[in-house]
Amino acid sequence: MTKLRVLVAKPGLDGHDRGAKVVARALRDSGVEVIYTGLHQTPEQIVEAAIQEDVDAIGMSCLSGAHMTLFKTVMDILKEKGIDDIVVTCGGIIPDEDVTKLKEMGIAAVFGPGTPLRDIVDFHRKIAGK
Amino acid sequence: MELVERLLRGDKRAAAKAISLLEDYDKKAADVLGAIYPHTGKAHIIGITGPTGTGKSTLVFALAKEFRKRDKKVGIIAIDPTSPYTGGALLGDRIRMGNLTLDEGVFIRSMGTRGHAGGTSRATADVIKVLDAMGMQIIFAETAGAGQSEVDIARIAHTSIVVEMPGLGDDIQAMKAGILEIGDIFVVNKADLDGVDSTLANLSLAVEREKPSGWKPKMLLTVATEDKGITDLADLIEEHYDFLKESGTLETERVERAKEELRAALSQHLFLRVLERPELIGEFNNLVQMIAKKEMDPHSAAEKLLGLAGIA
Repeated sequence: MTKLRVLVAKPGLDGHDRGAKVVARALRDSGVEVIYTGLHQTPEQIVEAAIQEDVDAIGMSCLSGAHMTLFKTVMDILKEKGIDDIVVTCGGIIPDEDVTKLKEMGIAAVFGPGTPLRDIVDFHRKIAGK
Repeated sequence: MELVERLLRGDKRAAAKAISLLEDYDKKAADVLGAIYPHTGKAHIIGITGPTGTGKSTLVFALAKEFRKRDKKVGIIAIDPTSPYTGGALLGDRIRMGNLTLDEGVFIRSMGTRGHAGGTSRATADVIKVLDAMGMQIIFAETAGAGQSEVDIARIAHTSIVVEMPGLGDDIQAMKAGILEIGDIFVVNKADLDGVDSTLANLSLAVEREKPSGWKPKMLLTVATEDKGITDLADLIEEHYDFLKESGTLETERVERAKEELRAALSQHLFLRVLERPELIGEFNNLVQMIAKKEMDPHSAAEKLLGLAGIA
């Protein structure tokens, strides 16, 4: 009866959360318990919320262009705390050349604009089946 | 158990993992509960309930900040509804509590109701024990937006707070049985809106009656977004807890609560005893078909399953 729990987070100052909300809702409709943090979260807050909520995955959305800094900080803090059992994904306006770098940081998937919701849901189903 | 040792020292990651075991009815859940049980019973548990949109989360956030000023460690359980169709949930109470996330003396956990009616989830009382055992002194349990009869929280909490706002319901609503009977404290939040007087007049009917403990319910106005009325509310919460201790109610309620807990555990264990047996799952599905075809009634079917499980 293990239920998949996913934290959907908006790091930084960017106030555009339509995408994050659409993803949150799609995951909800696929049977996931989605914890939505709301806007303007610091990387420290995101990791701490993920710990307290004991989530299986974190999905971050950033549309401001600050993703390389913000996402990296989240990955660094996770590493520093020795957390390796949380899958991290991201989305937003991410230039193609950054995708490889993000994956090298340990981000498992990058869901850019136009990604079918089905893909995001299927990705999380696989985590549930792990 | 190493996990339990860590959570007893206040380790939040360990506490979070333990909570998941309890929520998922993992095989280790009983061991966790057994190990933490002797370390529970120290926290003041406060239930916050009321209709959707009255500002429960914002009120909890404001109260948590106030109790932090009073040097108390604060645990928060925020419950939101689970979809009856997909089993999914959108847990959004953290949005209002973001700034507390990094406070060392605060632990916040969001929970879905997971098919349980009554505004709480089946695991709520157990999850509160984890927060209690890890050293949280004040524990808020915020229910899913409640209508009229979601009164479960009163069985779990020492102090029940019912949150209303101007413009909801009339005097007849206030006379109905259910949620308005459980309040030790009634808060009219968003008290900067029109219609406060009539809300207070309607609630006064609910407040008239003493609780079995002799406590007379109190009403209070707040504007949680501006921290207005929060100090008074925190004082009142402490006053109620002192009353429970001095009147001996806390002790008598402990027995009542133990009875409820045993009842709940018994029904859960009976349920699992039957349904965790593979051979009975087939029989369960057969009986479901028979009930749907009106060939058997649900009560006889339940008796039959208990018989097959060797319990009846």
